[in-house]
Amino acid sequence: MNNDISALLRILRDYRTIAIVGLSAEWSRPSFFVAKYLQGFGYRIIPVNPRYAATGTPILGETCYASLTEIPVPVDMVDVFRKAEDVLPIAREVISIGAKCLWQQLGVVNLEADALAREAGLDSVFNRCVKIEHARLKGGLNWAGINTGVISAKRQG
Amino acid sequence: MMDHIYRPETLTIHAGQIPDKATGARALPIYQTTSFVFDSADHAASLFNLQTFGNVYSRLSNPTVAALEERVAALEGGRAGLASASGMASEAMVLMTLLQQGDHVVAAGALYGGSVSLLAVNLAKMGITTTFVDARKPEAFAAAIQPSTRAVFAESLGNPSLTVMDIAAVADVAHAHGLPLVIDNTVPSPFLCNPIQFGADIVVHSATKYLAGHGTTLGGVIVESGKFPWGNGKFPGMTEPSAGYHGVKFFETFGDFAFCMRARMETLRVYGAALSPMAAWQILQGTETLHVRMERHCSNARKVAEFLKNHKRVAWVNYPGLAEHPDHALVQKQMRQVDGEPGASGLLAFGVKGGLQAGVRFIEAAQFMSHLANIGDTRTLIIHPASTTHRQLDEAQQVAAGVLPDMVRMSVGIEHIDDILWDIDQALERSA
Repeated sequence: MNNDISALLRILRDYRTIAIVGLSAEWSRPSFFVAKYLQGFGYRIIPVNPRYAATGTPILGETCYASLTEIPVPVDMVDVFRKAEDVLPIAREVISIGAKCLWQQLGVVNLEADALAREAGLDSVFNRCVKIEHARLKGGLNWAGINTGVISAKRQG
Repeated sequence: MMDHIYRPETLTIHAGQIPDKATGARALPIYQTTSFVFDSADHAASLFNLQTFGNVYSRLSNPTVAALEERVAALEGGRAGLASASGMASEAMVLMTLLQQGDHVVAAGALYGGSVSLLAVNLAKMGITTTFVDARKPEAFAAAIQPSTRAVFAESLGNPSLTVMDIAAVADVAHAHGLPLVIDNTVPSPFLCNPIQFGADIVVHSATKYLAGHGTTLGGVIVESGKFPWGNGKFPGMTEPSAGYHGVKFFETFGDFAFCMRARMETLRVYGAALSPMAAWQILQGTETLHVRMERHCSNARKVAEFLKNHKRVAWVNYPGLAEHPDHALVQKQMRQVDGEPGASGLLAFGVKGGLQAGVRFIEAAQFMSHLANIGDTRTLIIHPASTTHRQLDEAQQVAAGVLPDMVRMSVGIEHIDDILWDIDQALERSA
């Protein structure tokens, strides 16, 4: 897994189109928090959730798709909000659509999926939250007293 | 590539503060403002919903205060920190976030007096009960745990008892019952001891003491390890929708910093014991030199203890850094080495021959050692508990509280050791 600060910074800098598998339209769900936060920082989020795709309900202004393979545009990264046992087939789809990073959310750990993604040359992150890592490394988490691990004499970017 | 691991001597100076985005200021700016503007109505809504991280109002968070929070969290090896107006306020933030009416606490018996009052009087008024046990007996903690127990509370190095607790042993007891271990780590400071390393789940500091060091400013900080399993069924306040913050499920949403977020948004926000930005800045001026000061406090205290041990006017000496102290093995295990010896911090207690009146005469004869109730100052501080802090108790009650009639408590400062020994010696001679 890519776990060090420089790799996480590269992933967050280069991968701007993020499909979120299991995204909820409920405002109080963690996946909605993450999607709304990422939109605020200029990322394009693409919802993937059969429940909302079936009714044609957009989430945060974006069309929701039933699966990764239905997305008509290139996807850089896939952020997974699903149970660990559901991640392996999702990882195969991530590879097949040409995405460059498999990201399993905080609390989601499927080591087989991680190994599969890395063998295919993808970046792979698990058991971390995209929003928390972005905020930790880009300064947003400083407000809340989080131990960011960032020591630097350069201005915050 | 692994991230570089910074040492505490670097974290005391850098953690939590990188140059200001707007101005490039290298030193920490003081954001002396109550409130922060919203970019738009949508931005405001996202901030209140915690979907966007940012500052709203300085009772909840402030960038200068946050630098202190992150610095102490980094020094403790924890996940997140939360500051408040004093050490006692921080302790209250922890306990009032963890506990509700009908809950029970198991606490070490020889705690700082303010902590005893909070548990035995103030929380008792709210229907929260506490059983006090011997800090030296992990099995006593286990025996006192009830079905309603929700926290175990103790000090890493007791004040003024100077007992050292076996943190790992008590953490094992707490964790076997699904309970968090809360440790007051004020006396060692995060430079000498990191309770999280031995299994503590939440650490509390009075930053007024060694973290600040200058005796000018009150403050407190809590740190969470990020490792406690809040989803174990005993803490619905961490896992169920929050009645205090519009339905947020704190553990699910914030994971390993959920406790500090809940303490911030549910407890600090409502009780209002916020630390001012100016106070946080003053504390941090001291924290930058914590490592240098603690080394001197330890070496001076060791020399004072050795001097007292051999002084004809001294009946007994209690300093955990002495090999004959009953907890010396735990000091060696749990505390940082200073000059090849275990760093036992700067607090010690001793008996002046001649009892209560001799103790009073010693205090009054001091030339520059200050007679006051604080600890952890650069100055050497002395107090005679039997005639001051514990004078309302009779002698039997004082002894039960660990206060002997002849006992002097000393917080050894960082003045020149020869001057400290001179003042002690001349005051002892005049105590006869």
